[in-house]
Amino acid sequence: MLNPRPITAAGSAPVFYDTGDHHPPSSTLLGFWLYLMSDCLLFAVLFAAYAVLGHRYAAGPSGADLFALPMVATNTALLLLSSITYGLAMVAMRNWSMGGVLGWLAITGLLGAGFIGLELKEFAHLIHDGAGPQRSAFLSSFFTLVGTHGLHVSFGIVWLVTLMVQVVKRGLVVENRRRLMCLSMFWHFLDVVWIGVFTFVYLMGVLK
Amino acid sequence: MSEQAENLEAHFSVKGYTIGFLLSVVLTAIPFWLVMDHVLPSPRITALTILAFAAVQIVVHMVCFLHLNAKSEGGWSLLALTFTATLVVIVLAGSTWVMFHLDTNMMPAPSTAQMRAMP
Repeated sequence: MLNPRPITAAGSAPVFYDTGDHHPPSSTLLGFWLYLMSDCLLFAVLFAAYAVLGHRYAAGPSGADLFALPMVATNTALLLLSSITYGLAMVAMRNWSMGGVLGWLAITGLLGAGFIGLELKEFAHLIHDGAGPQRSAFLSSFFTLVGTHGLHVSFGIVWLVTLMVQVVKRGLVVENRRRLMCLSMFWHFLDVVWIGVFTFVYLMGVLK
Repeated sequence: MSEQAENLEAHFSVKGYTIGFLLSVVLTAIPFWLVMDHVLPSPRITALTILAFAAVQIVVHMVCFLHLNAKSEGGWSLLALTFTATLVVIVLAGSTWVMFHLDTNMMPAPSTAQMRAMP
């Protein structure tokens, strides 16, 4: 356009056709999703290490000797229940019920703590029986994979308690709603990783 | 509140979470039952079956709990997931494939007695 045509007569105030703001929409949730995808790659590498090393028992115990499926089933139930209780916290948030949010978050945190407690008990039991991470390549990769997941859940609980304090102090403001949605994604994502763990590590480990 | 957050909040319903929860309970219980009661004839068939159940359950969680669909974040969420899933498949399949061939072609498998004698 070499000679832009003036849309208003010279000397009069310019007229704009588009008067709205054009701020980019908030991209926190997309950014957090991308973080989760990178976390997914981290777990993929640990799963691959387990897939390669999972049968190197070094004449030590195998998964079939070590894993107690009833305990794993209880752990899985705790994590699944915590998923729906977090979901109900999000429903309460949508309905602007602060008591509902705090109550369901507390239950979610307790279920998560139960999960971590059982997992630590299992780890202590294994190490006590001489099946610690230094025993064989299988156990090294097992402890790394399951331990990394447990560490994620632990940090999720810390985050959850922090958000409960934030909600108590400031209420269900925009910032807290956004944070709760990020933690929601984190929590449900850890549940997805656990599906891979109980299927690939525990159930298939007992099969052989 | 941003538009996308409002769009996401519209997905939060008791019904949606309940459906996801019930589906995931069924999809978890069946693999545990298959393994603990030795229902299927061979471990190989059982392994493939429970892997299939896990894949279905992951999709259920993505849709019901993570509220993923082709339109969320203008399609970028799904695109990122597709890219990640591709990388995950390459990492998992590639690692097992390469290491399996390395084992069978190069390493003489030590016997259990040899392994015990190792430092």
